Amino acid sequence: MKKFFAQLYLWILLALLYAPIIIIAIFSFTESKVLGNWTGFSTKLYTSLFSGGAHHSLLSAIQNTLSIALIAAVASTILGTIAAIGIYNMRGRKKQVINFLNDIPMLNPDIITGISLFLLFVSLGISQGYTTVVLAHIAFCTPYVVLNVMPRLQQMNPNIYEAALDLGATPFQALRKIIIPEIRPGMVSGFILAFTLSIDDFAVTLFTKGNEGLETLSTYIYADARKGGLTPELRPLSTIIFVVVLLLLIIINVRAKRAAKRKQAM
Amino acid sequence: MNFIAKIFNKRANWAIPYAIFLAMFVALPLVLIVVYAFQDAEGAFSLENFVKFVEQPEAVNTFIYSIGIALITTILCILLGYPAAWILSNRNLNRSEVTVVLFILPMWINILIRTLATVALFDFLKFPLGEGALIFGMVYNFLPFMIYPIYNTLKKMDHSLIEAAEDLGATPMEVFGKVTIPLSMPGVMSGIMMVFMPTISTFAIAELLTMNNVKLFGTTIQENINNGMWNYGAALSLIMLVIIGITSLFSDGEERGDSDSII
Amino acid sequence: MAKKSETIIKIENLSKSFGEKVVLDNINLDIKRGEFVTLLGPSGCGKTTLLRMLAGFTQPDAGGVITMEDKDILSMPPHQRPLNTVFQRYALFPHLNVYENIAFGLKLKKVASKEIDKRVRKALKMVSMTDYEDRDVNSLSGGQQQRVAIARAIVNQPQVLLLDEPLAALDLKMRKDMQMELKEMHEALGITFIYVTHDQEEALTLSDTIVVMSEGKIQQIGTPIDIYNEPANSFVADFIGESNILNGTMIKDKEVEFIGHKFECVDSGFGENTAVDVVVRPEDIYIVGNVENADFTGTVKSCTFKGVHYEMFVETDKGFEMMIQDYNAFEEGATVGMFIKPSDIHVMRKERTCNTFQGVMTSPTTVEMLGTEFECKEQGLKEGDNVTVRVAFNRVELHDYKEDGKLIGSVHFILYKGDHYHLTVKTEDGDFIYVDTNDIWDNFDVVGISIDKRDIYVSKRV
Repeated sequence: MKKFFAQLYLWILLALLYAPIIIIAIFSFTESKVLGNWTGFSTKLYTSLFSGGAHHSLLSAIQNTLSIALIAAVASTILGTIAAIGIYNMRGRKKQVINFLNDIPMLNPDIITGISLFLLFVSLGISQGYTTVVLAHIAFCTPYVVLNVMPRLQQMNPNIYEAALDLGATPFQALRKIIIPEIRPGMVSGFILAFTLSIDDFAVTLFTKGNEGLETLSTYIYADARKGGLTPELRPLSTIIFVVVLLLLIIINVRAKRAAKRKQAM
Repeated sequence: MNFIAKIFNKRANWAIPYAIFLAMFVALPLVLIVVYAFQDAEGAFSLENFVKFVEQPEAVNTFIYSIGIALITTILCILLGYPAAWILSNRNLNRSEVTVVLFILPMWINILIRTLATVALFDFLKFPLGEGALIFGMVYNFLPFMIYPIYNTLKKMDHSLIEAAEDLGATPMEVFGKVTIPLSMPGVMSGIMMVFMPTISTFAIAELLTMNNVKLFGTTIQENINNGMWNYGAALSLIMLVIIGITSLFSDGEERGDSDSII
Repeated sequence: MAKKSETIIKIENLSKSFGEKVVLDNINLDIKRGEFVTLLGPSGCGKTTLLRMLAGFTQPDAGGVITMEDKDILSMPPHQRPLNTVFQRYALFPHLNVYENIAFGLKLKKVASKEIDKRVRKALKMVSMTDYEDRDVNSLSGGQQQRVAIARAIVNQPQVLLLDEPLAALDLKMRKDMQMELKEMHEALGITFIYVTHDQEEALTLSDTIVVMSEGKIQQIGTPIDIYNEPANSFVADFIGESNILNGTMIKDKEVEFIGHKFECVDSGFGENTAVDVVVRPEDIYIVGNVENADFTGTVKSCTFKGVHYEMFVETDKGFEMMIQDYNAFEEGATVGMFIKPSDIHVMRKERTCNTFQGVMTSPTTVEMLGTEFECKEQGLKEGDNVTVRVAFNRVELHDYKEDGKLIGSVHFILYKGDHYHLTVKTEDGDFIYVDTNDIWDNFDVVGISIDKRDIYVSKRV
């Protein structure tokens, strides 16, 4: 009985949480310009989303979002991994300072990060656009990579690096053959996290994109919504994003379970 | 070349590139906010931005109103989220990992799309956009961020502590009140951080949910920056930073362990 | 055969401090070719640091020298040193299988793959792990992982194998089996083993030579038999095997008094009426039901069956408690007589007879020592005098609550001396204070330390 009410509570909450998404998904299969108005089943919105044409700006916003996320995620994975190895081997005060700085972008609200970077770029006289957005995204993504790689380094038996040296590996060989394979799962989840954070970002992008007409998906939706009408093609897009994220999460979860099993076997 | 190789032989030095990056793109920008906040338009040291803030009842009202909205949202999130997190973590009430994933999933969807979907839902239900929609929308947006950290702490909690309390004669209610709740406080704290901070600083969400009828502090800041009032905007940002600094003092260091691996 | 010197590794003046803490204090040690050497000591004695210096993971302070085959190895990075290590927690590479783990070093040396194959199989056979090549190392038991770790090291044919508590993580039965195998392996390979352990039984079983370490210093070097029968000091006596350690007085050559009785012994050269430590192994005390003609008598306080023998605690006629092991049991409360053969009485010079500190007078009645100021009696000294301070062991007071003391310390080492405990207490600043007490303390207990002003004796230092 207790269990029944507990489950009921969970599912009511979930229903509330998902109601908007489900409404959007349902109405992505109809042509109506206004949401809530069912004009019969159609996949026209899906085809027109990808055919470009009238919604060329939406397509280019999606392209920008993906390319910025990819560059930022790759860069912050490399930067963050190297940094994590460095921080792991640091001691004392210096380590505290760098850990503190690394925490700031995660604790700071987006709007503050955005404004502070905006002020940086205008003070330095850097014209804002694609590059500044990428730099800004690297700045707030890298801490998460560090945070994902660090536990892998800490869990690693510290002797295995020494064992590699003991068996004749140079420090670089030990890094490539022993350390990297060990921390790879952390790098992968750091990369995925960085990628999603970058795609999700709105505030930081808004303040660092300049006014040369660069739009990402978030800023496009914002501009669109401010104009009053919402592009109907956003409905199929949201649906697709939802499904992709769902699939990604499932994959990550399966991976995590496998890793946990492997650990148990140890 | 040899010199560089020597530096990187010591692995602690591998953090140097990132340290430089952090100084450039994290520390310096924050310093700039402070610098701009204490300057007038001519670049001279001045407190006029803060004076302006205090003297404008509209700005102060927005500020207080925003804190109020953020507090209400946070409290609602705790009230709704704590029971959910507790049920999710309780092996007798929920064994399905799928439900857990379902609660985390919305965290991964673009916040604007989620807000948009909420707006669509309200439209569909003919629910008027405004203050009520704003609070509902915020709770909807940030509830997962409250549930997840609490769930995590409860899940990691040593179950033998509960058994020990029962063994010592505590009733289920007493166990919950005297063991479970105190031990889950770190999770609640990081939940508060993860909900209160974005709600107090949000701007786009409020605009969408209220058809621009309700103005929050974040919107004020953004408008000022947009209109070229950088110094005033920086001062307002600094005020927000102070509020956030005070909040994070309450949950000093707690959020680290819990928000580290959302996936 | 070319003549090779008998010594393979020579360690000279090796010291290491981390900040204030001295981990190794001027170590000098020669290791002979083909020997099984064990570095034995409690945790924190510096044995692992010494091993890591040999492997190259820790650098000693300036001035230390380690040579191997007369070549300096301290300047070599770890990967160039001609020795291999078996790590405590195995340190197998988790992403490589058994074969790949063992072949790791050979592949780095670009050994031909046929040769690698041959040597890996030979190594696997050596550790009785044939047919395990393709196994995931994470799926192996602790004992199997340790075998792979050993194979991974010996496959490189090092002249010296370093083993850092390799059996510490195994259960008792497995440990005994592995001990025998290690000993056989040592004989078969003919190379030098340097083995680190805190387990004295393991050290006695395996070693040709034992190096007993404590507080960063070598306490004694010798064969297992030497170390057991002739411990150099009370630390070694207490650490190796079980013993009764007692305060005694050397009355003259070949006569010693302890537990209130005079005994004939075989030691001489201590002078007359000298305070000494006396060690008697519990199995060296003969116990009989007949009290006549006994060296001394006593009452059995407890008697426990230990498998092969009985362990009894006897309170002697003069109120000392002694541990005795015998094949015959005596009931609790029984009156018994005891004998000790002169050759079973081990007499050792005392390292110290009272606490000695360096201090400075801050006024005629206060002295600064151990990093704080103590009150003392007026002893004709003036402010600024450098003094030596003496405090008797039994005049140092320990308190349960650290707030009650002038200094805070933790119990570092406990020696039972038959009728009292002799404690070594380490202060927060790392100084040692020696305390005689009847109270029972445990290792690592945090205590408050105070000294009454009447018990502080100062004398001017010149």
